[in-house]
Amino acid sequence: MHERTYDVAVIGGGAAGMAAAVEVRRQGLSCAIVERENQLGGILMQCIHNGFGVQEFKKELSGPEFAEEFMDMVADAGTDVFLSTTVDSIEESEQGKELYCYSRKNGVVKLNAQAVILAMGCRERNRGNIRTPGTRPAGVFTAGLAQRLVNVEGYIPGKNVVIVGSGDIGLIMARRMTWVGAKVHGVVEIQPYPAGLTRNIVQCLNDFEIPLYLSHVVSRIEGKNRVEKVTVSPLVNGIPDEDKSFEIPCDTLLLSVGLVPENELSENAGVEISPITSGAVVDSTMMTSVPGIFSCGNVLHVHDLADYAAEEARRTGAYAVAWLQNKKPTRQLRIKAGANVRYVSPGMINPELPDKLYLRTLIVKNNAQLVMKLNNNIVKERKLSHVQPSEMVSVKLTKKDVEHWKAESDSILEVSVQ
Amino acid sequence: MQSNAHAAGERTKVDIAIIGAGVSGACIARQLSAYETEVALLEKEADVSFGVSKANSGIVHGGFHHGPKYLKTRLEIRGNLMYDRLQRELDFPFSRCGILVVALNDEEMKYIDHLYTQGLENGAIGIEMCSRERMFELEPKLESDCVGGLHAPGGGVIEPYRFVFSVVESAVKNGVQLLREFEVVKAEHSGEKHIVHAADGRVVEARYVVNAAGLFADKVSGIFGAEEFQITPRKGEYYLLDRKTKACPNRVLFPVPTKVSKGMLVIPTVEGTVLIGPTAEEIEDKTDLSTNADKLGQILDQARKMVPSVSQTDVIAAFSGLRPALLPEGDFYIDISEEAPNFIQVAGIQSPGLTAAPAIGEYVKDLLKKAGCRLTEKADYDPFVTKLPRIRDYSPFEADELLAKDAAYGNLICRCEKISEAEIVAAIRAGHTTLDGIKYFTRAQMGRCQGGFCSYKIIKLIMRETGMNYDQITKNGRDSVVLTGRL
Ligand SMILES: Cc1cc2nc3c(=O)[nH]c(=O)nc-3n(C[C@H](O)[C@H](O)[C@H](O)COP(=O)(O)OP(=O)(O)OC[C@H]3O[C@@H](n4cnc5c(N)ncnc54)[C@H](O)[C@@H]3O)c2cc1C
Ligand SMILES: Cc1cc2nc3c(=O)[nH]c(=O)nc-3n(C[C@H](O)[C@H](O)[C@H](O)COP(=O)(O)OP(=O)(O)OC[C@H]3O[C@@H](n4cnc5c(N)ncnc54)[C@H](O)[C@@H]3O)c2cc1C
Repeated sequence: MHERTYDVAVIGGGAAGMAAAVEVRRQGLSCAIVERENQLGGILMQCIHNGFGVQEFKKELSGPEFAEEFMDMVADAGTDVFLSTTVDSIEESEQGKELYCYSRKNGVVKLNAQAVILAMGCRERNRGNIRTPGTRPAGVFTAGLAQRLVNVEGYIPGKNVVIVGSGDIGLIMARRMTWVGAKVHGVVEIQPYPAGLTRNIVQCLNDFEIPLYLSHVVSRIEGKNRVEKVTVSPLVNGIPDEDKSFEIPCDTLLLSVGLVPENELSENAGVEISPITSGAVVDSTMMTSVPGIFSCGNVLHVHDLADYAAEEARRTGAYAVAWLQNKKPTRQLRIKAGANVRYVSPGMINPELPDKLYLRTLIVKNNAQLVMKLNNNIVKERKLSHVQPSEMVSVKLTKKDVEHWKAESDSILEVSVQ
Repeated sequence: MQSNAHAAGERTKVDIAIIGAGVSGACIARQLSAYETEVALLEKEADVSFGVSKANSGIVHGGFHHGPKYLKTRLEIRGNLMYDRLQRELDFPFSRCGILVVALNDEEMKYIDHLYTQGLENGAIGIEMCSRERMFELEPKLESDCVGGLHAPGGGVIEPYRFVFSVVESAVKNGVQLLREFEVVKAEHSGEKHIVHAADGRVVEARYVVNAAGLFADKVSGIFGAEEFQITPRKGEYYLLDRKTKACPNRVLFPVPTKVSKGMLVIPTVEGTVLIGPTAEEIEDKTDLSTNADKLGQILDQARKMVPSVSQTDVIAAFSGLRPALLPEGDFYIDISEEAPNFIQVAGIQSPGLTAAPAIGEYVKDLLKKAGCRLTEKADYDPFVTKLPRIRDYSPFEADELLAKDAAYGNLICRCEKISEAEIVAAIRAGHTTLDGIKYFTRAQMGRCQGGFCSYKIIKLIMRETGMNYDQITKNGRDSVVLTGRL
């Protein structure tokens, strides 16, 4: 068995993995990225639409363009990259961690590292997860798979399409399928409001006169061999109303019903997983419950923007380096998700350093107020022009913010939205 | 398991034609492949086991659910005992994990008594009456109301389709001709021979015909002018739970059965996922495999009565199967036809058909002999199939050696179930060229992402290996095309 040794090993070469690796190399430590696909970039490579890079590069890029910027940085930084290689397991060893990596080219490679950064991204929720009844014909795809088929592989998955879920992926696929000549008969959204950006509603649906059914579900799929039609039902008190249901003949159903961090590898390595985010529980340095294993990007919690994933990953790379240099935080405060907040990531903060928090709300509201309380005293407030569960909120904490915080080790920082 | 392609109009001449490549037809074919006789196995679908045999509970039953007067009970007991040897020969996933019947009150406990006595009479080996304490010792995840139950250590679980694939592979290896997409639509008898016509014009001539057509055994019987009877489809719906569910029991859990069915079960599948169900509902349409919202709700409720930790967030798929019931008796109908010459009926094979199938194979062989068919043992019969390595069974160190021999084992295609390119290619080369066929053969696309990540890779492998065009790739044959255009 081949063996290689690095200071830091990064699992996954998407936006997060690349950004983390570049930071580790910038600080002079050795680093390898292990990526299962035959190229770096992760999910970005199938997102050929614009809307990436505004934060990172101050310009609008497509997904592949955004990825290329990072690929260049990875190459310039002298990072070793193992492509077409899957990390199968992470084991503890005397020296740190051992990663067992499978590939056609090198067989099984044992990669030794002092620290590991998890950046494996997420997977899509599917039909079974939302328990849609009916038959099981061909023609039911997750939206990301359809996106991959069209944008990377060059195949068209169907001609008459209904889309479930109005998140950005669903909306972008509505437009993409229209562009490749399919007829999109509607987007069906269970919530009373669209999950995606207003910009995407206008550009992907309204411009093509694609109907959006809010507070509706696809309550049945029919078809023997291939999808023949779906039943769409309005929700009344949370239950599909059969009398007001209608059918849409179609041959394809695309599901854009959420993403779940892919943490099987992490769980097998003993990493504690949050039931709320499905990502690892991390401290203020993005370190998981297993010392020396860090987590960032979509595998930690699902990010709306690649820019956010990259930013978080860069900090994570720096934290991993600091940990290896024995620079550990002296104090960490627990963060509690307060009123109307689903989660805050990370779940801890170092009150001596500037930091950035990401959170998701439980409510839809215009002119909301973000309130942070330390030991029940308000320490920071911020106006939020609009919040909704599908849009991640980012909160910067500057040196000035945290300087005056009088925090004991058992203090709790409560973050709420009103 | 490559099928032998026969052009329209061409005639295949054999001694025995078996109609239907479900578990019954497959086991009969393999049994006969040990003798000096020409056998053809005819299947209307694109692959074997696409009928009743693909969607069921996958349990090797314990021999106590029905009384000794039924043929199905005798074949169940016998079939159960044949599984260990079959596993050694055929290399399919099988585990004798045992079965528990759970009583939740004293009334139910009385019925347990009855099942116990019945099991003893049937000759079920090792069955045991259990106190509450014993039940919790065997199964800590049980609902706290459990008052006791029955333990049948001889029960187990298999992957049903995988079993059928192995059985057919073995049969084909020993000379059986497999004809897929061969839907029998017409037959006549002339000069001691059945002339069997497929919908696409192919013809098979056979001295003997075995009707193992599952849900359509009544129709096939009609085609041959044999007995009139009616197969009633009884639907069973299931949920499949992710392998990381906390609700995975050690043994198969049954509630106390009702008149119409064995009730809703919690099944630890042999591959580590959990199956809950099935419902039982008589329907009309033999092709209606839809699932229904209200039924699926019931399944969760019922399963929680035995294992409270069953959670709907663990659901990764829902599906249904149809029991081919011959009412009102509900027994198997396996006999020499009195109406049609040299015609053997294998009908009404509902549960415990999977368990009984190996014994059905033997039984039908004996019926054929009785009907005058000359069967002499083959000298070169080989009961073993080639074991295919599964990368998931290998430690990293063992895997490294395997990869040195075939690098394609290092390319992990299905991440959820850990299936490599080499295994998928083996499935394709064995003739499984639909997405479902590959799924049932390898388990790729069967895990928590349900093919979200790997199905396009599998499509590319099918095209590479077979030279098929993208628009010929189907989910499970016929018009179930996956891709409709090219950019
Ligand atoms: C359809 C879609 C549209 C989007 N649109 C936008 C947009 O318009 N603007 C925007 O800013 N953001 C957008 N995003 C979000 C953004 O793309 C993601 O948040 C970001 O790219 C996630 O990066 P990541 O590195 O965390 O994950 P990924 O890109 O998923 O990378 C994870 C990588 O890890 C690899 N991997 C996983 N497991 C293993 C293993 N065991 N061994 C080796 N490798 C492994 C995977 O192959 C993958 O390459 C979109 C996302 C999607 C899905
Ligand atoms: C919900 C459910 C749960 C069950 N659970 C269990 C269990 O746990 N344990 C157990 O032992 N048993 C169980 N069973 C029973 C078991 O699944 C069946 O007894 C068994 O699969 C029947 O196999 P078969 O080969 O007779 O029928 P099938 O598998 O249906 O095979 C018949 C084949 O004939 C083909 N065919 C039909 N008509 C034609 C034609 N005209 N020309 C050519 N081919 C044709 C069909 O396509 C099909 O492939 C269960 C059944 C169901 C439905």
